[in-house]
Amino acid sequence: MKINLRNKRTRTDFLTYAGVIIVFVVMSILQNQGAISRSLSGQLVPICAYVTMAISLNLTVGILGELSLGHAGFMSVGAFSGIIAAMSLQSAIPSDPVRLAVSMVLGAFFAAIAGFLVGTPVLRLRGDYLAIVTLAFGEIIKELVNCLLVGYDENGLHMMFNLNGQKTVSDLGLTENGIEIIKGAQGATSTTTIATFTAGFILVMVTLIVVLNLIRSRSGRAIMALRDNRIAAESVGINITKYKLMAFVTSAALAGAAGALYGLNMASLQATKFNFNTSILVLVFVVLGGLGNIWGSIIAATLLTVLPEMLRSFAEFRMLVYAIVLILVMLATNNPTMKLFFERIRTRFFKKPAKEVRGK
Amino acid sequence: MEFLSYLISGISLGSVYAIIALGYTMVYGIAKMLNFAHGDVIMVGGYISFCATTYLGLPAVVSILLAMAVCTVLGIVIEGLAYKPLRAAPSLAVLITAIGVSYLLQNSALLIWGAAAKSYTPIISGTLQLFGGKLSIQYISILTVIVCLVIMAGLTLFTSKSKMGKAMRACSEDKGAAQLMGINVNQTISVTFAIGSALAAVAGVLLCSYSPSLMPTTGSMPGIKAFTAAVFGGIGSIPGAFLGGILLGVIEALAKAYISMQLANAIVFAVLIVVLLVKPTGLLGKKVMEKV
Amino acid sequence: MKKILCLLLAMTMTFGCLTACGSKDTSDPADNGAATGSSESIEGAFKLGAVGPLTGDAAIYGQAVVNGAQIAVDEINASDSTVKFELNKQDDEADGEKSKNAYNNLMDWGMQILVGPTTSGAATAVAAQVYSDRTFMITPSGSSPDVIDGKDNVFQVCFSDPNQGTGAADYIAENMADAKIAIIYRNDDAYSQGIRDTFVEEAEAKGLEVVTEGTFTADTATDFTVQLTDAQSKGADLLFLPIYYQPASIILNQANAMGYAPTFFGVDGMDGILTLENFDTSLAEGVMLLTPFSADATDDLTKNFVAKYQEAYGEIPNQFAADAYDAVYVVKAAIEAAGCTADMSAADICEALVAAMPTLTYNGLTGQNMTWQATGEVSKAPMAVVIKDGVYTLPN
Repeated sequence: MKINLRNKRTRTDFLTYAGVIIVFVVMSILQNQGAISRSLSGQLVPICAYVTMAISLNLTVGILGELSLGHAGFMSVGAFSGIIAAMSLQSAIPSDPVRLAVSMVLGAFFAAIAGFLVGTPVLRLRGDYLAIVTLAFGEIIKELVNCLLVGYDENGLHMMFNLNGQKTVSDLGLTENGIEIIKGAQGATSTTTIATFTAGFILVMVTLIVVLNLIRSRSGRAIMALRDNRIAAESVGINITKYKLMAFVTSAALAGAAGALYGLNMASLQATKFNFNTSILVLVFVVLGGLGNIWGSIIAATLLTVLPEMLRSFAEFRMLVYAIVLILVMLATNNPTMKLFFERIRTRFFKKPAKEVRGK
Repeated sequence: MEFLSYLISGISLGSVYAIIALGYTMVYGIAKMLNFAHGDVIMVGGYISFCATTYLGLPAVVSILLAMAVCTVLGIVIEGLAYKPLRAAPSLAVLITAIGVSYLLQNSALLIWGAAAKSYTPIISGTLQLFGGKLSIQYISILTVIVCLVIMAGLTLFTSKSKMGKAMRACSEDKGAAQLMGINVNQTISVTFAIGSALAAVAGVLLCSYSPSLMPTTGSMPGIKAFTAAVFGGIGSIPGAFLGGILLGVIEALAKAYISMQLANAIVFAVLIVVLLVKPTGLLGKKVMEKV
Repeated sequence: MKKILCLLLAMTMTFGCLTACGSKDTSDPADNGAATGSSESIEGAFKLGAVGPLTGDAAIYGQAVVNGAQIAVDEINASDSTVKFELNKQDDEADGEKSKNAYNNLMDWGMQILVGPTTSGAATAVAAQVYSDRTFMITPSGSSPDVIDGKDNVFQVCFSDPNQGTGAADYIAENMADAKIAIIYRNDDAYSQGIRDTFVEEAEAKGLEVVTEGTFTADTATDFTVQLTDAQSKGADLLFLPIYYQPASIILNQANAMGYAPTFFGVDGMDGILTLENFDTSLAEGVMLLTPFSADATDDLTKNFVAKYQEAYGEIPNQFAADAYDAVYVVKAAIEAAGCTADMSAADICEALVAAMPTLTYNGLTGQNMTWQATGEVSKAPMAVVIKDGVYTLPN
């Protein structure tokens, strides 16, 4: 039974990789042919960023089983450190793709540090208390970035915290050819956009490889054991803090890379973008896609990013329709009759025994 | 003297948070769900009261009763249509549905009342001047604190003495066991929502009287703050919600005045994190023993 | 979890049909236009896009912009002008990403000229794209200098933020030189922070005394008593409010309740405070503001616009609506000056209009003799008004 299940999982994993690759190839060809609308091609990079966000949050919420309401905070850390890196390395690394890669790695690195700092003390809290602390962390990051002034000139990087509201970017003392990178509340307004769909695709692939391999590894099983029964896991000698932190920091790092990609796709980005609503948005992707279900996260993130654009024909009723769709989907997927219905379809067509129920 | 003024600002704001937090904590304690739509029910309460006084010319007290009635019905309808079918579903599914309801309420309000802000006429205006005008306290602040205390006392009495209240506590302890004892769990949860929503209407009126501007998004930020306050005090605990709300308001006001206005919110949240690290279930939260 | 996939797939198919209509019909704009809420298609009309937040927190500004633009388009189409417009309005929730989506959506529709986006952050994000696409963009209200910075095909109708900051400081220096000034601004908002920065700089240069500054964010915009107490205790007799009128109305209310009555001085964001439903206008008595537009003005242009706006949307227009109205007329004037025709491509129109803009002189709702520099900045004279008996009057 165990081996059988593992084989099936390996198959699912490879199908996931293959699916993502196929979609990427098809979209790239279509884009080159000019066969997809500008509206859709403009969303490709944000979709990649959101897919990465959803997969990484799924690691925290679905696999580790801890509710996080501040995932956008890590995205913010990644986005702004990525922007600073990309803008200040312009002369050092002239090649755009290399600079993008470096920025994303740096974004991931700083988000991982943030994840470690937040995670170490906080992961001993449980359930809704952990949720509120991650929410608080997201809000704190937002306020801190709002006070951040960063500029770059030939003397290096200038950074300042505008704690009393009296400082402006001119206090940085930049020279003539200096560039203002982050201007407090105005955010990063002169970013050169270097993010590409290919980079987004690579990020999604890296995320998949990291997350799927983590889940299938010994550590992954330990993490899931923690989720399913913490006390039992502890009693067989699983180091709670270590594994919790491992999942949490990985998740934060991936969110940071996604943030860097997202930030380098926008000419103008403010800290307020990464507020509570964005965290919630990503959480909706994860829950709708299914807790612990990586495939589901990818599809839900893609669909829910594209959905509001498709609803443009509803004009002012757009967001109302979005809300109703959201509620109806949640009701439908949790309705016992519907569940039975899908179960029947599945057994009829796929002839497989019912699989285990994930989530709590 | 300035310190006193800041303190009073903090208490006034805090009591608004507290009154919202009471509604949050009621629903959480019994239904074990984070009702993110609570803030938007507050907004609806504010709009109903606004319409009653401005368009229908009704007196303030009647408008409050009307808002309470509408919000109670709204709460029961939301609970019946959106949450009841998910009783057996994972708690995250309910959370997402609550978020959907919150979007729904906000966007409906946008379509019904328009995007333009409306100026709310405070239910009582005027200021109490002390020390020859050096210290002034708005009557609305005094009223909010009193209402808050009355509601807290009422709720405590209700949950400890009345039959329904006892049923609520039983549900909060163990739904299965409560059902076996002949308690109608579904009905109890509906009643909880009704009470929570009625409180939200009162909170809406007081919030708008204190900060007299109404927009479709008016309820969302105070909602999150109140949620924080409820956790601060220990979610599920009625005196905890009051204490959490007041403390949150006072910390926010003093942080603005003496540390940094820029980071006031960040400081509030940082204090929250520290408190939770020291007392993981909030100030007055019950420590739940974990069973294998 | 397969069931969810099934459901999502079903959803994709349903909405896939919708997008299919959306993307295929680019060659047939009339059809798509009807679906996306544009006005009826007119033979030989320029395709105009308007972008702004129609939902969410900032909806009031976006709605004013698209409504103002709509009135101008309807007027022009009803007149005997040879230039006709077809308007398509899109929501961006005041978010850079959504704004780019809205812009791309409009480009799919075949938009030739963009009027918008409404908010500075979104406008800056779109402006970078517009610059590389070579589409002509005129923003009614994206007032940050970052919007136009380094982009030759992006123009503003509103004052830029630095302009307002210096304008306000200069006015105060001239008329109330010995005022003790306190500032309350929103430090997570580009508009507010931008004006505050230049105001403080200019105030320092003019020797004005700024005694204290208070800030707030979107999250703390319900309570201003701490900032007001601070200003009062420092003896400030002039409160500079470079913020929008909605939080300003709360400040006026709470200051009144505290018994604190300094001179309130606002900028163009303060315009609209008198139109706030159920607002006690006596609270705004004596408030001064620098505004390009006054709905109470008695010239025919304003009276006509206000009447039409009220008839169509049931409220008094604010400066956002007026800026958008002007923007459409400026586009019309530029098209006439450049001699463009509706069958030209967006890029050709863009080059022609960029060349024509600096040659224009335009009299509109928001200023007389408005001219544009090649950088995209407008020059027009700000008008200081004071609120007396619930209407704007010129200060004596």
